[in-house]
Amino acid sequence: MKAFLMYKDRDFDPQRKLPSSERALVQDLELNTLFNAMALGDEFLFKVAKGAVLCGLNNDLDTILYRQNILKDCLKNPSVVRDIYNIAVESIEGEKKRYWGIFSKSPSSILYNSIQLLQIFVDTLKKLRTITDEHSEKFESEGFTALFAMLKKELSDEYFAIVQNDLNVLRFRDGVLISAELRKGNVGANYILRKSQDKKQSWMKRIFAQKPPVYTFTIHPRDENGFRALSELRDRGINLVANALAQSTDHIRNFFTMLRTELAFYVGCLNLYEQLAKKGEPMCFPLPMVRDERRHSFKGLYDVCLALIHEPRIVGNGVSADSKDLVIITGANEGGKSTFLRSIGLSQLMMQCGMFAPAESFCSNVCGSLFTHYKREEDAAMKSGKLDEELSRMSDIVDNIKSNSMVLFNESFTATNEREGSEIARQIICALLEKRIKVFFVTHLYEFAHGFYEKKMENAIFLRAERQADGGRTFKLVEGEPLQTSYGEDLYNRTFGTDD
Amino acid sequence: MAFRSMLFERTEDNINKLTPEMPDFFVDLNLDQVINTITASRQEEYNLKPFFYTSLKDIDAIKYRQEIMRDLENKTLFEHIKSFGQKMHAMRVHLALSEGLYQKYNKEGWFLDAAEIYCDAVNCLVRDLSLLVLKSRGFLAFREYLMNYAKSERFTSLLTETKKLIADLSAVRYCVLIKDGRVKVRKYESEIDYSTEVEKTFEKFKQGAVKDYRVEFHTDAGMNHVEGQILELVGKLYPDIFLNLDNYCVKNSNYLDETIGDFDREIQFYIAYLEYVAILKRAGLKFCYPEISNTRKEVYDYEGFDLALAYKLTTERSSVVCNDFYLKDKERIFVVSGPNQGGKTTFARTFGQLHYLASLGCPVPGREAQLYLFDRIFTHFEKEEDIKNLRGKLQEDLVRIYDILNQATSNSIIVINEIFTSTTLKDAVFLGKKVMEKIMQSDLLCVYVTFLDELASLSEKTVSVVSTVVPENPALRTYKIVRKPADGLAYAISIAEKYRLTYDCLKERIKS
Repeated sequence: MKAFLMYKDRDFDPQRKLPSSERALVQDLELNTLFNAMALGDEFLFKVAKGAVLCGLNNDLDTILYRQNILKDCLKNPSVVRDIYNIAVESIEGEKKRYWGIFSKSPSSILYNSIQLLQIFVDTLKKLRTITDEHSEKFESEGFTALFAMLKKELSDEYFAIVQNDLNVLRFRDGVLISAELRKGNVGANYILRKSQDKKQSWMKRIFAQKPPVYTFTIHPRDENGFRALSELRDRGINLVANALAQSTDHIRNFFTMLRTELAFYVGCLNLYEQLAKKGEPMCFPLPMVRDERRHSFKGLYDVCLALIHEPRIVGNGVSADSKDLVIITGANEGGKSTFLRSIGLSQLMMQCGMFAPAESFCSNVCGSLFTHYKREEDAAMKSGKLDEELSRMSDIVDNIKSNSMVLFNESFTATNEREGSEIARQIICALLEKRIKVFFVTHLYEFAHGFYEKKMENAIFLRAERQADGGRTFKLVEGEPLQTSYGEDLYNRTFGTDD
Repeated sequence: MAFRSMLFERTEDNINKLTPEMPDFFVDLNLDQVINTITASRQEEYNLKPFFYTSLKDIDAIKYRQEIMRDLENKTLFEHIKSFGQKMHAMRVHLALSEGLYQKYNKEGWFLDAAEIYCDAVNCLVRDLSLLVLKSRGFLAFREYLMNYAKSERFTSLLTETKKLIADLSAVRYCVLIKDGRVKVRKYESEIDYSTEVEKTFEKFKQGAVKDYRVEFHTDAGMNHVEGQILELVGKLYPDIFLNLDNYCVKNSNYLDETIGDFDREIQFYIAYLEYVAILKRAGLKFCYPEISNTRKEVYDYEGFDLALAYKLTTERSSVVCNDFYLKDKERIFVVSGPNQGGKTTFARTFGQLHYLASLGCPVPGREAQLYLFDRIFTHFEKEEDIKNLRGKLQEDLVRIYDILNQATSNSIIVINEIFTSTTLKDAVFLGKKVMEKIMQSDLLCVYVTFLDELASLSEKTVSVVSTVVPENPALRTYKIVRKPADGLAYAISIAEKYRLTYDCLKERIKS
């Protein structure tokens, strides 16, 4: 039995190795704000949200759409989904308290504890079955439809009866029947638990057939060693069945764990959705396109993390950057460049893990991996050391990057003078573009930005943070030529006077 | 010729003459270490030490063993013999097990098992030996014996009965029904495996690997009284089979052939030694079968080494320095001098070890060797110096050397290491010369390690050999012993330099 709510055909692995860019992504995109909003203080939800968002970059289009549909079902039936989630949580958490038998050494006690535990699991499975019967027709997505169909098929009343019968028989009220053979030294071996022949079936035969010889002996009530020896023999016989039952409890627990884990992602999405909806922020299901297409067009795209911590509504941006590989963003300080860059990264991650996007509409091609290369303020102590550090991070990215990835640069390569920084940036970006890597670059490096502008490349677009004449910011980005801001020169001139 | 023994071709050399005690010179020559290492894992089971304590006095007897050693250098034969030994060992383990048990069928079961292993050991050896080219008198005679034994009624009937019983017993199936303190035992009637059925019920929940909850049960060779009672009842369920087992055990209580048993023990002498040799050979050291003579004293050995030291160095992965020696014409005595820690004692031990091992019929360290068949070996090694007992020690030295010279014949070998150190140089030279004269008179083969250069060139019978240093760095030893006149000076200077006591050094160090 599988939940299969994250992938059509396989389990979701919350322990999966996160991408190498994880630490930088979390820091640069303020991802913890997003995860916290999804988790609402629940550690488990946080862990699943983090795993799902960061590993989403590996998803194919089908998986994204598969999850989008399940999420749509969740948004329609939030309370049913939360009920199922709670059943899974309860069964696991409740069991943790009871399942002390795991440390037990003898098959008898392993068997006894497993029977107790299975009895509890059976009840939980019955609850799940009841929810299925009551609500399944309200769900349309492939994922939920399959899950409910599976529960109906596997957890039939007949099946519950068989399980109950096994649990009863395994209490061995008629004694334990074990077959054996002789090994070296005529020592008994290969002890196998046997099911007694059905008594009712052949009573006629049993009366008339020649009775095979049966020999009996009894252990003296005070013979403690004898009883110990006998119970070891019994243990040898039930060893396998105890193992089978204990493993079954593990498997059922694993099923509940899987169900819980996979639903946790959607519960996280519900949590986030409800918070944004309350603020009146727009949300949409994004349209993912294949990797080797170049699409990036959206309306009302906002930085979801900023929206979560910032009281007033956020200004969204609309850009149409279809068929572009390079987006260079220039313009005034505090004009919303960083926020925009973050919203690009966040929306990409959210789309690829199957979530809704923080925008009125959003369409983009998926990328194989996502990297951020941000200026690290805290390392400003020594200039040369800082450039080393920047370039070393860049080199790490290059170690892991492939075609159809995406890199977000934020004021990179400024740890040296503008000419050198520009040249470094130019060489790096040219190489990335040739390798079909999509680049968003926020920069003050005029020479670099202008250089690319001059090339008049078809696949490049230039955005500028708007700055009104009075110095006020709109936080809106508009398409426009990079400007050579001349505050510095002005200042110089003002102080030293012009040469003439 | 009828087969008698792998160690002694003729009955007169036989087992009654074995020396149970370690010879006196073993400790001085470090042969105790060598033999202890060789026999370590086998001593309890085979008691091989007496074989190693008893040297042969007859050249043909030595050759008899050398031939067997050479045959065993064939890896295939060696492995076959080893595996035969392992089976015989297993057999003995099972027999001992059987003897220690009390439940009758349990006891008989292990006895049957031991017999099966024995039959298998014999059959394998028959098959293995028949496929190989053997050259030694020992192996050829043994093979003939073995082939005849394998065809004998005694063995073939043992084999048939054993196989049948084992097949019958392994087909026995029974069921026990345990309820509270009552146990019912009956034949198995094809009841279904319930564990599998339960597994099937819960199969649909299977997801990935989970913990294995099976409890590991210790399987004992013996059984408790409950198992014993059950086995007894199983005996009642299958009365014919267990009656056969009873009869079999009575009939075959002495199934082991004595000659085969002796072979198993004696051949371990060779296996043990060759396994030890193999370790050293892997380190690149050489072994050879020496020419042995009881007349020719012009002995030699090329690329020889001290076995005990080489074994130690090899296990520490250090390299071993080999040395050559030869005596020609009238030369009889090596006088070894030179820097301390330079390999003098090692050289002396090597000389003694080589001769002793050769007299056992063993291959010896070296590429090529000619050795002398001695009647006895005497050693006199300096023991720990004890200042408190000066006079006593010198006296002890003298008494001991007197005894040795009295007992030694012209066929003996003497190894002397630094005696008379506990007296003045003048006395030491005097006493040394006296002893040397006696040795020369008797025409003994001798190695004499000494710090007295005066003894190095007393006559045409002595050969001066010197431990050497690296010329550029006199503090470094080469551990090479070379023929060369003894001149204390060269190394005295080097030691002085090491302690910065040369003229030049002292001029600098002593302040004006």
